Amino acid sequence: MMGSENQGFEEAHIDASREEMESLVLDDPSNNSNGTKSFSHHRSAMSSLADSHHLLSRPMVAAPADSDPLLAPPSFRDFRNPNVAADNSSYIEPPSYADVIFSPFDENAVHEIDGVDSPGRSSDSSVSLSRSPSSSSDYIKITVSNPQKEQETSNSLVPGSNTYITYLITTRTNITGFNGSEFSVRRRFKDVVTLSDRLAESYRGFFIPPRPDKNLVESQVMQKQEFVEQRRVALEKYLRRLATHPVIRKSDELKVFLQVQGKLPLPTSTDVASRMLDGAVKLPKQLFGESVVVAPEEVVQPAKGGRDLLRLFKELRQSVTNDWVGSKPPVAEEDKEFLEKKGRMHDLEQQLSNASQQAESLVKAQQDMGETMGELGLTFIKLTKFENEEAIFNSQRVRAADMKNVATAAVKASRFYRELNAHTVKHLDTLHEYLGLMLSVHGAFSDRSSALLTVQTLISELSSLHSRAEKLEAASSKIFGGDKSRIRKIEELKETIRVTEDAKHVAIREYERIKENNRTELERLDRERHADFLNMLKGFVLNQAGYAEKIANVWAKVAEETSAYAREST
Amino acid sequence: MITVVNYQSATLLSPQRSSSGSSHSPRSSSSQPYLSISVTEPVKLGNGVQAYISYRVITKTNFPEYQGPEKIVIRRYSDFVWLRDRLFEKYKGVFIPPLPEKSTVEKFRFSAEFIELRRQALDIFVNRIASHHELQQSEDLRTFLQADEETMERLRSQETGIFKKKPADLMQIFKEMQTRVSDVVLGKEKPVEESNPEYEKLKNYIFELENHLSEAQKHAYRLVKRHKELGQSLSDFGKAAKLLGACEGHALGKAFSDLGTKSETLSVRLQKEAHQLLMNFEEPLKDYVRAVQSIKATIAERANAFRHQCELAETIKLKEINLDKLMLTRSDKVGEAELEYKELKAESEEATRRFENIVRVMNEEIVRFQDQKTQDMGIAFHQFAKGQSRLANNIADAWRSLLPKLEACLS
Repeated sequence: MMGSENQGFEEAHIDASREEMESLVLDDPSNNSNGTKSFSHHRSAMSSLADSHHLLSRPMVAAPADSDPLLAPPSFRDFRNPNVAADNSSYIEPPSYADVIFSPFDENAVHEIDGVDSPGRSSDSSVSLSRSPSSSSDYIKITVSNPQKEQETSNSLVPGSNTYITYLITTRTNITGFNGSEFSVRRRFKDVVTLSDRLAESYRGFFIPPRPDKNLVESQVMQKQEFVEQRRVALEKYLRRLATHPVIRKSDELKVFLQVQGKLPLPTSTDVASRMLDGAVKLPKQLFGESVVVAPEEVVQPAKGGRDLLRLFKELRQSVTNDWVGSKPPVAEEDKEFLEKKGRMHDLEQQLSNASQQAESLVKAQQDMGETMGELGLTFIKLTKFENEEAIFNSQRVRAADMKNVATAAVKASRFYRELNAHTVKHLDTLHEYLGLMLSVHGAFSDRSSALLTVQTLISELSSLHSRAEKLEAASSKIFGGDKSRIRKIEELKETIRVTEDAKHVAIREYERIKENNRTELERLDRERHADFLNMLKGFVLNQAGYAEKIANVWAKVAEETSAYAREST
Repeated sequence: MITVVNYQSATLLSPQRSSSGSSHSPRSSSSQPYLSISVTEPVKLGNGVQAYISYRVITKTNFPEYQGPEKIVIRRYSDFVWLRDRLFEKYKGVFIPPLPEKSTVEKFRFSAEFIELRRQALDIFVNRIASHHELQQSEDLRTFLQADEETMERLRSQETGIFKKKPADLMQIFKEMQTRVSDVVLGKEKPVEESNPEYEKLKNYIFELENHLSEAQKHAYRLVKRHKELGQSLSDFGKAAKLLGACEGHALGKAFSDLGTKSETLSVRLQKEAHQLLMNFEEPLKDYVRAVQSIKATIAERANAFRHQCELAETIKLKEINLDKLMLTRSDKVGEAELEYKELKAESEEATRRFENIVRVMNEEIVRFQDQKTQDMGIAFHQFAKGQSRLANNIADAWRSLLPKLEACLS
C-alpha cells in the first residue's frame, strides 16, 4: 500500500512540525519510495488508492501480537486515536480532510466544503451516493467488521474441510421499522448472495445496487488476509448502498438480513412464489413454509429452470418470433420516451467508462509527480548535507543553504501532491460508483423486457388457444348430436383459456408495475446523479485550486529567497 | 582585465557575474574591453549518417588582437571539440568549460529540443572561455572565432588530443586515472602520488559530488517527464469530461464541458512548463555534472604532471650518483654525463615548474568554480521555483474560475 512505503512522510505530517520534517527525512533517506505502484488493472488502482488514503491519515498501526491474523485493520478510525482497537465500535464521524488541511481562500468555501462533505460525501471508505431519501434525520449506518473463521456444521466427508468466513454486521439506525436502534448479526458471503437474489426477485424494475463479485479466482490466488479485507470493504459498501436506496432500505429482506440472529432465514430461491401481486414478500407465510401454488402469481417472476422449462421454451419461441418475423409483437415496447432514455443510458455508460479510465490515468500522473518531486527533494537534502560537511569555501555554504530551501520546498510540494491525490481519488470515485450502478440499470431494464416477453408470450398463446377452440367447435358442430370427446376437449380448452387470461392480466399488471418502477428509478437516478456529479466537480475543482495554491506559496517563498540571483543575472 | 559578457540567446545559464549592454550596439566609444559571442541559427546540413548541424558564431569585440568589431563564422560541433582540446593541452590546471555530450543516437532524431539545448550549451561554453581571464587570451580561441571554414576544417582533422582518442581508449585512460586516485583514497601506498591531504580531500569531494549531482540530474529529468505526463493525462481527462457532458446536457453538461476545456488549457500550460524545466533546471544540473567531469580530467593532468616530475627527480638522483661515481673515477665520460645531468636538471626544473603551476592554477580555479556554481545553481533554483510557483498559480486560477458557475448550479 502507498502508506507503508511512505511512513517517513506520513508520520512527519502528523507528528512533526514542518521544520522538523527535514531531520526526519534525513534520518530516513532510504525510505523514499522508489517502488512504483503497479496498477494491475483499472479498478484496483482507484479502489486501492481510495482505501489507502486512510493510511495517509494515520501512522500504520501494528496489529497486537496475539491477534488473529485474519483480523483486518479497521476500515476507518478517527485519526487522532490510532490505537483504537480493531473491533472497537467507534463511530466518530471522521474529520474532513478539507477542514483539517485547508486554509481556504475565502470563508464561504469552508462552509461549502462542510456542506458538500456531510451527507453524501463522507470521508469513509465508500462514497455514499444519493442524498438521504426523505429527511436527513433518519439514518441507517452499517458497519462490517471482525471477520472470523467458522466451521461448517453439516456432515462432511472430510472433517474440518468446510470452513468459511463470517463477518460481523453492525447496524445503527433510528428508523422505526427495525427492532431497536443498534444490533449486530454474523453473516457469511453466501448469505449476501441470497439477499441479493431475493431483492432482485422482489424489486423488479428497481435499480438495485449490484452485490460484490464472488471472486472465485481471487479467493484462491490472493493472500487470505488481503482477500478477506477486500471482501469486507466490498460488503460494507454494498450494504451501505442498499441502505441509501429509498425503497430497498425498507425491505423485509434487508431487515431480516440485518437483524435475525443465526442462520439467514431467506430461502435461496423461490420456486414457490407466495407473493402479493404488488411484489412485496409475505415473509411470515414463507417462514412457516406455506406454499400456495397459483399459476397466475407465478408469472410475476421471470421463467427460470426446472418447472419453468416449458414456459422458458414458450418465451424463447416468442422472442425469436419477435426478432425474426419482424412483425410487431402483440404488445410492443411502444414507449418512445423509454427507448430514448435507454439509448441515453447506453451512451452515458460508455462515456462514464471512458471518463473513469481517464480519471485513473490522471490519478496515476498526479501520484507520479508527487513521488518524483519527493525524490528530487531528498536528493537535494543529501547534497546539502554533503556540501555542508565538505565545505571549504563560503560559496559552498551559500549553495548548500539555497539547496536546502529548494529541497524543503520540493518535499513539501510532494506531500501536497499526495494529499491532493487522495482527495482526487475520493471525488472521482463518484464516476466509478455510477459506472457500477449501470449494472443495476441493466438489471432493471432486463426485468422490464422479460416481463414484456411474458406478456407477449401469453397473448400469443391465448390467440393460438382461441383458434384451436374455434377449430374444435367448428368440427364438433358438424357432428349431429354432439361429439362427446370433442365437447370435453373444448371444455378443457375453455378452462385453460380462462386461466391463461388471468395469467395474462397478472402479467400485464406486473409489466406495468415494473415500467413504473423503471420510470421512478430513472428519475431518481438522474436527479441524484446530477447532484452527485455537480458535487464531485465542485469538490474536485476546489481541491485542485486549494492545493495548487499551497504549492504555489511553497515555491514563491523559494523564489523570493533566491531572488538575488535573478537580479544579478539581468 | 574586466570582461563584460552579455548573453543574447543563452538567457539564464549565464555563468558570469555581470553583463550589461546589448550586443546590438557595442560601445565603440567606451574603453571597456569586451568580448561577446553568440552561437545562433542551428542549421541541419548533410544527409543521413553524414548529417550534422552548423551554427553561426557571431563575435563582437574590441580586443586589439581581433580582426575587427564583428566577425561571423560557421562552425560545427567538432570545431568546438577542437577548441576544447587545444585549451586543455595549453592551459593545464584550468578547469576547461564543459561541452555538451557528443550524442550519437539523438543526433539522428534531431529534435527541436535537442538542437536548442545543444546550441544553448555551446553558446555558454564559448562565452565562459571568453570571460576567463587566461583562456580569453588564447590564440586558438581567436582562430576558432575568426578563421575561415577551410582553415578550420584543416585544423580540425589534424587534432589528436586526449579527447580525440576513441571512446574505448578514453575509458581506459580515465579508468587508470580513477584507479590511481581511488588507490590513494583507499590509502594504498603508491610512490607516484601526491601526499597532500587537502588535495586528497578535494579529489574525494569531486568524485562524490559527481555521484550526487548525477542523481539530482536524473530526478530533474524525470520531473520534466512527469510534467509532460500530467499534461497528457489532463488533456485526455478533459476530452472525456466533454464527452460525458454532451451526454448529460443542461447545467451539468455545461459544467463538464467547462471542466474539460479548462483541463485542456492546463495541459498546454504543463507542456510549456516541462520545456522550461528542461531548459532552465535540468540542463544547468547536467552542465554542473559536466563541469565536475572536466575537473576530473584536470585532476588526471595534475597526476600526470606530478608523476612526470617524480620520475625526473628519480632519474636525476640516479644521474647524480652516476656522475659522482664518474667523477671519482675521473672517467672521460664525465663531460658527457655532466651535460646530460644539466639537461635533465633543466627538464626537471621545468617539470616541477609546470606541476607547481598546475597546483597554483587549480587552487585559483577551485575558488572560481565554487563561486560560479553557486551563482549558476542560484539562478537555476530561482528559475525552478519561479516556474513552479507560476505554474501552480495558473492552475489555481484556472480551477477557481470554474467555481462561481458550479456554486450557482448547486444552490
